[in-house]
Amino acid sequence: MKLHEYQAKQIFADAGIPVPKSQLADSVEGVLDAVADIGYPAAIKAQVHVGGRGKAGGIKIVTSEAEAREAAEAILGMDLKGYTVNEVLVEQGVDFVDEYYVGVTMDRGEGEAVAMVSTKGGVDIEQVAEEDPEAIAQEHIDPAFGLHPYQARKVVYDAGVPAEYARAVTLILSKLYDLYEANDASDIEVNPVMITSDDDVIAADAVMNIDEDALFRHPELAEMEKDAYQNDLERKAGEYGFDYVRLSGNVGIIGNGAGLVMTTLDLVDYYGGKPANFLDIGGGAKAERVVKALDMVFSDENVESVVFNIFGGITRGDEVAKGINEALGEFDEIPKPVVVRLAGTNAKEGMEILNTDLVQVEATLESAVQRAVKNAEEVAQ
Amino acid sequence: MSIFVDDDTRVVVQGITGGEGRFHTEQMLAYGTNVVAGAVPGKGGQEVEGVPVYDTVEQAVAAEDANASVVFVPPAFAGDAIFEALDTNLDLVVAITEGVPTQDMAKVNKRLGEVDTRLLGPNCPGIITPGEAKLGILPGNIFESGNVGLVSRSGTLTYQVVSNLTERGIGQTTAIGIGGDPIIGTSFIDALEAFEADPETDAVAMCGEIGGVDEEEAAAYIAEHMDTPVAGFIAGRTAPPGKRMGHAGAIVSGSGTGTAESKINALNEAGVPVGDTPEEVADAIESFL
Repeated sequence: MKLHEYQAKQIFADAGIPVPKSQLADSVEGVLDAVADIGYPAAIKAQVHVGGRGKAGGIKIVTSEAEAREAAEAILGMDLKGYTVNEVLVEQGVDFVDEYYVGVTMDRGEGEAVAMVSTKGGVDIEQVAEEDPEAIAQEHIDPAFGLHPYQARKVVYDAGVPAEYARAVTLILSKLYDLYEANDASDIEVNPVMITSDDDVIAADAVMNIDEDALFRHPELAEMEKDAYQNDLERKAGEYGFDYVRLSGNVGIIGNGAGLVMTTLDLVDYYGGKPANFLDIGGGAKAERVVKALDMVFSDENVESVVFNIFGGITRGDEVAKGINEALGEFDEIPKPVVVRLAGTNAKEGMEILNTDLVQVEATLESAVQRAVKNAEEVAQ
Repeated sequence: MSIFVDDDTRVVVQGITGGEGRFHTEQMLAYGTNVVAGAVPGKGGQEVEGVPVYDTVEQAVAAEDANASVVFVPPAFAGDAIFEALDTNLDLVVAITEGVPTQDMAKVNKRLGEVDTRLLGPNCPGIITPGEAKLGILPGNIFESGNVGLVSRSGTLTYQVVSNLTERGIGQTTAIGIGGDPIIGTSFIDALEAFEADPETDAVAMCGEIGGVDEEEAAAYIAEHMDTPVAGFIAGRTAPPGKRMGHAGAIVSGSGTGTAESKINALNEAGVPVGDTPEEVADAIESFL
């Protein structure tokens, strides 16, 4: 789960990490009130879960009320890579002399967190990592002990942070690790940490992602989840509790188990079709979930054909078949052709129940996908 | 022969009194697995499917001489359950639970370096040596005893590939689901190493997916250390960057690491054919035998 910049900055501020003065606004009037309070120059920053907001026009620096109004009108309500901007952060403009990168993230290869500092901040850090990996100092963190103070100092020195700022940067890094651990973050980054013309060291941006699997012990963070979905379909999937990703094709895909659903997508592509979505109904799904899954896929206007691929381990074929019959029985006419392939636990029983007036049945994964791709082509013609 | 489990494996089920634990204990027993004990705090003295339940894993191991455990404990308590199992010197712990917080697993991972116990999972379907034992939730009826090893990050994809093999009369020595989480106990390399050392495994099917660099590391291992032929499959070729495809570990990062292309290339360079479909994986395995 991603936190918005303003949410992460509030958490930073509460932890004693210096951040620029700022205020959240959701209307043009709100922006004008905020700049009146904060003063000029100010930055108007779209609060959406999109990287590269600046380039996409989601961040504007303003130096007058007229500019502030213009920026607020432009940014509020704009579409940034599929996300609508409902809120902006109005932030004090900072006159800076240097920009650093400071972050803590999970290194999955090592199975432990890694602290990272670079004096090449303010730019895409992944690009720095690729082009000049030496410019990012790293230190792995033993989860049993946390980040030792000497480690925090070491990584800051290794990065080449000038002596006069080293202490302040080290303090920010130590606090970031504390927040990382306390909040079950998967990733926490400040890019840039700014050295201001007054020699202050402040966190000018804030990225904080939380491990979704740990939200049960952070109800206060779970409540912060907001504007997380790129479109109404993803929101609906969230309500239904499905793992769902919308893609741009026209073959709707429903299956069980992440690896097999991904494989079904890949096969649609391999046989010349275009997958419309990833939808994993999960293990042990009952008829009711199957009904919801079909509803999800039929709600996608791009979908011309559906392939339903279940390999039952804990999921039972007869339950799935019942759900398919039930869902499709609601329609006078099936909106889009549905190909079903059932294998594994109770697949035979499922096949016997399936109403073949409503669905096309295929015996193998490959043949089911090929048929669904063909159906989509026929509908499209 | 087989790897990691066989008919001498004696299993304690952690969380045996829960819905999942109870159902799969019944299934494991029906398959012939020696489920000798359950462990659930506060439930000591009860029985599930005739299996005695103890309050702690330590008691269960001491009383029933267990050497492996299967964890069906809810995510909030799974990390603690794994620690408990690791402190009893079992040979193998299989963690089925999906949704264990990553920072809990980082701590478990640290402990794994200090003990001799092997952890499989979490978020995995388990392990099966056909005809001998299954620890986990895999549907036993699709497996046949034979000479092909299988290792996979995904449960249902494992079933798919196994059924493609079994339908051709190709059986398996052992099939292992290593799990779809970012931090897991047993890696591809661990499984490949064990298959390489197993005289009865004549070929190995390896099913990976996007995210992380485990498949690339496995490819380097295969090139360097394996004589047993390996065929591969990589799921997630069509996955867009930055989106979690179901599994917590299945995500192509913004910097382009963890892509299917990188994994397929690495495997091909190691001499491992990678199927475009599960059927093609079975073709490759058949050609090895």
